Amino acid sequence: MSFASNDSATKQSAGIAITAEEIAEQGITASEDVARYALYLGDDALMLGQRLSHWISRAPELEEDIALGNIALDLVGHARFFLTYAGTAWGKTEDDLAYFRDEEEFRSCRLVEQENGDFGQTIARQLIFSYYQHELYSKLVESQDETLAAIAAKALKEVQYHQDHAAQWLLRLGIGTEESHRRIQEGLYYMWPYIDDLFHDDDVTAALPGIAVQPSSLRENFDRRIAEIISEATLELPQVDQAWGGDRSGEFSEARGHILAEMQVLARQFPGATW
Amino acid sequence: MNAPQADHLKAVSDAALGEDEQAAQNYFDQLISEDSRVEPRDWMPEGYRKTLTRQVSQHAHSEIIGMQPEANWITRAPSLKRKAILMAKVQDEAGHGLYLYSAAETLGTPRDVLNQQLLDGKAKYSSIFNYPARTWADIGAIGWLVDGAAICNQVPLCRASYGPYGRAMVRICKEESFHQRQGWEILYELSHGTPEQKQMAQDAVNRFYGPALQMFGPPDEDSPNSKQSMAWNIKRFSNDELRQRFVDMMVPQAEALGLTLPDPDLKWNEERGHYDYGKLDWNEFKSVISGHGPCNVQRMQRRRAAHSEGAWVREAAAEYARKMEAHNAELIGA
Ligand SMILES: [Fe+2]
Ligand SMILES: [Fe+2]
Repeated sequence: MSFASNDSATKQSAGIAITAEEIAEQGITASEDVARYALYLGDDALMLGQRLSHWISRAPELEEDIALGNIALDLVGHARFFLTYAGTAWGKTEDDLAYFRDEEEFRSCRLVEQENGDFGQTIARQLIFSYYQHELYSKLVESQDETLAAIAAKALKEVQYHQDHAAQWLLRLGIGTEESHRRIQEGLYYMWPYIDDLFHDDDVTAALPGIAVQPSSLRENFDRRIAEIISEATLELPQVDQAWGGDRSGEFSEARGHILAEMQVLARQFPGATW
Repeated sequence: MNAPQADHLKAVSDAALGEDEQAAQNYFDQLISEDSRVEPRDWMPEGYRKTLTRQVSQHAHSEIIGMQPEANWITRAPSLKRKAILMAKVQDEAGHGLYLYSAAETLGTPRDVLNQQLLDGKAKYSSIFNYPARTWADIGAIGWLVDGAAICNQVPLCRASYGPYGRAMVRICKEESFHQRQGWEILYELSHGTPEQKQMAQDAVNRFYGPALQMFGPPDEDSPNSKQSMAWNIKRFSNDELRQRFVDMMVPQAEALGLTLPDPDLKWNEERGHYDYGKLDWNEFKSVISGHGPCNVQRMQRRRAAHSEGAWVREAAAEYARKMEAHNAELIGA
């Protein structure tokens, strides 16, 4: 008997019933191109889920241990779907891809690899990423690839909650006290230089018209919506140049190696073992 | 009003109050003797209120501190499925803490006061969480043994005389049995894996078994408060009865896992119909519960750090709520 992650009574996000195991058992094989694209989506979710999970037992209040844990759990769930699907192209499992790829083989963006920092920095990252992901999955549900569309449909409901969570905290921190205003503003400045990474079209997305969402197509809505919530929170929209590099196929942050060293350590001590 | 008259009135009101109190006590005694539930609005003896507040808040603190050893493995869980299950579990524990703080609050002590008692080191929590979770197998052992012991302890508490506590326990017990099952699965996979994995599982069970037995509290002869708790229908079975039940339950489960329990004196006693088990090290227990376990300092430090580093966030949320309320009041006024 297996325990799906939604057995948790504290889990709040509702979703369509779909599991990584079901994707694996469907017998659908992703094309090489689709698999490369699925890695983009899966690796982003995995890295951010890994980062956020560190908050569990360290959050400012118990309700946030639960809320951040929920979001982390959703993201790891999304990663499992995408990596399982990607793996069908190469005869690999989600765990082969998560635990036995090296740094340079991951395809996550730099934003999700950034340090948690204080709660303000984490919320700044959550805001940017959940707003981006919301635009992304809202379009991916129309993908001609049925598996990608089904994963997006499930994930979208959850990401709506992530987005609300980030927006609510942005308002509380922006409007709350002088200190919270300063900290969340600093957090936004810290994360802002990595936004462009999210919206680059490249050969992977270009090879999949009608299947992949072209990241550049999400930019306009994202810019408008994020500017609205930042202004509502009485914060300023950071005016900073974007950081160089950040191509998903090569450049990545210094943090990635540390994240993977921690995440992969046990699995790599026992290659081939089952858990 | 002259003095004698005032005295007279006071005497009358004292008598009335005394009568009311006697009636309330009688009603309370009746609820207990009928094995009915006491609810927050009911009168209850001070001792009952105090005992429950202590027990329920200690239980809440245990859920919260108990998140730490398991959170220690979330980022290193060896498969994504195990990672997701473990995250959900630790989240459940936070939820248990919340239900229990709510139940404790109905007895009249606010959550922030209870939390402060924990941070000040004035409140206890289950000593088992002061042991380190060093290996992945420890996550299995904690689920199987610690959640297992929690279930043995808590199933009878579902019938505790205090309504909010009993009802919180019903919710919690459902989830604890998932947790125990998950711990069992982890150990099962390990004990059926490579020899190194099996050794990891055995080592974890060796370390957690004794402390898990101590979760039921001191032997009956050293547990003076148990009698009163049983008379109040808070506790239904003595510490030693529960411990025996747990041992009887775990022996066949350990056999099914292919692991041994670290007790040379463990053997079936035909006459008693129970397993006999060896003496536990109660000096160790006393030492750990009073602050000298391997991880007491770290557990408290983590909780205090989370609390103090989160202070600005909680203040911001409170201030934001105040501002919004003022803003809404203005809108309604306008
Ligand atoms: Fe629990
Ligand atoms: Fe539990």
